[in-house]
Amino acid sequence: MLDIQTPLFESPDLRLGPIDHEKDPEIESKWTHDSEFMRLIDTSPARPMSAAIVKKQYEKLEKQIEENKNLYHFMIRTKADDRLIGKAAIQWIEWSNGNAFLRIGIGSAEDRRKGYGTQALGMLLRFAFAELNLFRLSAIVPEYNEGAIALLQKFGFTQEVCRRRALERDARRWDLYVFGLLRDEWQITATKS
Amino acid sequence: MKDLFRGELVRFTMEEPETRSKAEARWQRDSELHRLADSGPAQLNSEKTIKEWFEKQTEEGFKPERYGFSVRTLAEDKYIGFLGIWVDLIHSEAWVGLGIGERDFWSKGYGTDMMKLCMQYVFRELGLQRLSLGLHEYNPRALRSYEKCGFRLEGRTRQDLLREGRRYDSLWMGILREEWLEMQKGDGK
Repeated sequence: MLDIQTPLFESPDLRLGPIDHEKDPEIESKWTHDSEFMRLIDTSPARPMSAAIVKKQYEKLEKQIEENKNLYHFMIRTKADDRLIGKAAIQWIEWSNGNAFLRIGIGSAEDRRKGYGTQALGMLLRFAFAELNLFRLSAIVPEYNEGAIALLQKFGFTQEVCRRRALERDARRWDLYVFGLLRDEWQITATKS
Repeated sequence: MKDLFRGELVRFTMEEPETRSKAEARWQRDSELHRLADSGPAQLNSEKTIKEWFEKQTEEGFKPERYGFSVRTLAEDKYIGFLGIWVDLIHSEAWVGLGIGERDFWSKGYGTDMMKLCMQYVFRELGLQRLSLGLHEYNPRALRSYEKCGFRLEGRTRQDLLREGRRYDSLWMGILREEWLEMQKGDGK
């Protein structure tokens, strides 16, 4: 049966929602002052950002969504107190191949290791496979991001590519992994849980 | 010092916008070429549109992360294809894409020679640590050529291409600076 009753954007503790241009910039600005967070979510150089810059980036992002039609972006909030805790996206969608890349990040250290990543990724995968009808999803992760690797493996992702020494950080080179999950594989793990 | 722009069969040039747009408009009609080189849908553009792209490129000038070359044969001085390099200076890596628009020059070692020139440029001139590329599972000719050049297969993203109703993998390859340097010794260069 078609499941349209189960909300796409809600999990037990979290909700996916749009950007709040008033409140979110200040919170995300705080996250960007944590270099560890910045180095986990992105391969571009970590740098602190003012709320004003973050605001500008949101505007750019929404313009890009409007123009390119290959990107879906979500803010992750707690249902209990509507607090912004992270962000997630399906990006670089290739509609003709049914392929896309995912991103996910929990902003502050206190909110990590609480199962929020698991709940958010669960929603993101359902959105990608059951709403966008994608055939597969990829994720790019540096070898040092053990938390992300464990999370992806929990959902059945396979490490498909090892781009040897593709990343430079802390004056040494690191491998960059590409993980992949097919829709069929997701369906198996989704019914089990 | 080595001639950076001259290989055994081809040389790198930069053709004028007029010449490039005429050739590109013709090469774009070759859907097999497109499907070998690209993962998106084939698209046809007018010569006018293509010329405007190249003119805009010329207008904007060189970008630090982008190196594009036209390719001519040494024997006939014929313009046969192109090669593009995208550079990530932060992580000292480049990505390469190439195409031979003139089909008479397929399967004759021209692609391999283009790639050898590219590797030389990336490691001798740009001074990078790594060169990467992607290709489709259904392009074994390219795979053989890149392996011959010294690239290693680093993995495959499963079934991420849909062509004529069937799914195919993408292959990911890379070569490190020290691997390339090691190969140069063997060549006595």
